[in-house]
Amino acid sequence: MTSTVPSQAGTEPRVPAPKIRRSRGDRWTIAVMLGLPAAIVIGLVWIPTVFTVILSFARWDGIGGTSSIEWIGPQNYVDAVQAYPPFQQALHNNVLWLAFLFVFPTILGIFLAVLLDRGLKGSRLYQSIFYIPVVLSMALVGFVWQLIYSTDGGVLNTILGTDVDWLGNPDVNIWAVMVAASWRHTGYIMLLYLAGLKAIDPSVREAALMDGAGPIRTFFRIVFPLMKPTNLLIIVITVIEALRAFDLVWVINKGRNGLELISALVTANVVGEAGRVGFGSALATIMLVISLVFIALYLWIVMRSDD
Amino acid sequence: MNRNELPHPWQPSRRTFLKAALGAAGALSTAGLLSGCTGGVDPHVITLGSRLSDKNAKLGVQDVVGMFQQQTGGAVRINSVDSTSFQENVNNYLQGTPDDVFTWMSGYRMRYFADKGLVDDVSPVWQSHGSGFSDSFREASTGTDGRQYLIPFFYYPWAVFYRPSLWQQRGYVPPKTFDEWVALSKRMQSDGLTPIGFGVRDGWSPFGTFDYLDLRLNGVDFHRSLLAGDVSWTDNRVRSVFDTWREILPFHQPQPLGRKMSEAQQALLNKEAGMLVAGMFVAQSFPAGPDREDLDFFAFPELDSAVGTSAVEAPMDGFMMRKDPRNLEGAQQFLSFLTNADAAVAYAKQDPQAIPAHRDADLSSFPPLVQKSAALVQGAGSITQFLDRDTRPDFASVVMIPAMQQFLGNPNDVDGLVRSIERQKAAVFGQ
Repeated sequence: MTSTVPSQAGTEPRVPAPKIRRSRGDRWTIAVMLGLPAAIVIGLVWIPTVFTVILSFARWDGIGGTSSIEWIGPQNYVDAVQAYPPFQQALHNNVLWLAFLFVFPTILGIFLAVLLDRGLKGSRLYQSIFYIPVVLSMALVGFVWQLIYSTDGGVLNTILGTDVDWLGNPDVNIWAVMVAASWRHTGYIMLLYLAGLKAIDPSVREAALMDGAGPIRTFFRIVFPLMKPTNLLIIVITVIEALRAFDLVWVINKGRNGLELISALVTANVVGEAGRVGFGSALATIMLVISLVFIALYLWIVMRSDD
Repeated sequence: MNRNELPHPWQPSRRTFLKAALGAAGALSTAGLLSGCTGGVDPHVITLGSRLSDKNAKLGVQDVVGMFQQQTGGAVRINSVDSTSFQENVNNYLQGTPDDVFTWMSGYRMRYFADKGLVDDVSPVWQSHGSGFSDSFREASTGTDGRQYLIPFFYYPWAVFYRPSLWQQRGYVPPKTFDEWVALSKRMQSDGLTPIGFGVRDGWSPFGTFDYLDLRLNGVDFHRSLLAGDVSWTDNRVRSVFDTWREILPFHQPQPLGRKMSEAQQALLNKEAGMLVAGMFVAQSFPAGPDREDLDFFAFPELDSAVGTSAVEAPMDGFMMRKDPRNLEGAQQFLSFLTNADAAVAYAKQDPQAIPAHRDADLSSFPPLVQKSAALVQGAGSITQFLDRDTRPDFASVVMIPAMQQFLGNPNDVDGLVRSIERQKAAVFGQ
């Protein structure tokens, strides 16, 4: 219903906006301000994307000009599915990664934010402690957690008195690495949510209190729905974080032996002295399609919420 | 779909875009670092791209360059790049503006770029200065077209390393045959030692064991044709390699997939592991002095007396020349200088893993370990270059590393393993 309002407004006879006279300099400025970003987006995003998709139908080692490209049709996609065991594992791990990030760090981050928002004593200190990992680069997080997980002299096995191969056992290592990734992600979510909570008008809560709602009820009935923009943002950030997950597994074992992720497989195939550019491009294209599903979903939610 | 059907004028721009697209793929920064510096250099200066970035290795390169400048007055500028970055970007590096002379590896890794026409042959240098190198080094420096593309500099043999002080104390003697090796391993186990150190997290280290098992069981010719892609991996001879390996796996350090090679070297250093199948690079992780002096090796034991133990795995590193160097004369002069035994000796003095490749290198002032390594290689019937230099690099890294890790994670499914390797080989080799 509300969506009809702007169109109605458009049909009403209105005084046209006064025509702005633009000097030559203004026009140049506008051309540059529009043209430059457009050129950057087209040149650095669209064209490489299109060529990645084109190259995914080729066998090419990245050396020499177009004459060395051999077109082989969809063979790379067939090979990825049929003759490349890490691929299935990577798909599986990417989904697992996404689910894990949603379930643990997101919920934990929100929980921490709510606790801190209640003005605990020394909440600034806790806030800083939880946020510190976010400042570290993922590669550094990888090094820190390798010290914790190392089989022979790692902190974890020493404390627990166990002999678990945290980084080498393909049934265990993906979980170990996801915990490390969560360690960083939780602080991020916490901070975003804390900012969102601070922005809520205190009178709303007072009103809920007056009506006799307890803190849990207030949160789920009043605060959580009011935080819709923040919630959406967190969903998007978590999805992006899950799809671009790469650094941690690359630092640990180059995304092999249980830590396969599509991003790591793309890199493993393209980087190096004898790149399989065509095959790597096919993997990248598959990743692009998966990302597009989430982007479409996000846009759909955002557009719908604008109604 | 044929590329020739594409409208002609579109081709150059497409080529540019492809390159731009590749560049944007993230390699921009490092590729720029690698190649960007050579732009405004004085044409009389020879530029040297070096992946010998380890602290000792860097000193060695500086010493060699210093010697060259003193002897000839020629100027050399060193562009030193971390060896992993160098390796990952070598493709872009060679297609951009590489240095006149650069460090690289022998075998397939050299041949690959020679075949692509990205480097110039150095056969003129070989013709006038190549007499100092053995035939196997000549072979490892020769491209498919029969010309030489690499100047050998140093090598580092693979063997089974151990600490003599520990062995004397326990009364162990180096085994000659597989049965003796197994018996020794059992004895070490009952003495509370881990017989064979093992770390596979970085992926490449089990290649050494695989290569030696294959060389000792099936001989060097089979090994070479297997890695060249000419023999099926489902061949029974390949299965026997994995079956033999499984027999000795219980003597290896457990849970190798979570341990790096450097951690396994640490276990040898700390005398927790009795032996380690490794290359001479082990010496780099042993502190100079009594620890490094307390390091020795024996040749990988014999598995089949008909095959013997004459094959030695000794990857070799050297120098190559870019396509159309800016300073061809200087580059050739520098490469000729590098074929001198003195240059190789000067380098090896700094880098404990390096054995000079030159036949006449005077090793009398070197530690016994280095002399023994040189003797091992000089007495070898044939020299192999390590799995990732004896086959296509993409096959080694994309297929073989995960395959080795799969085997070590589940050593019982050899059948599934070799079939998977063979299937992926077909995809990579494009058969």
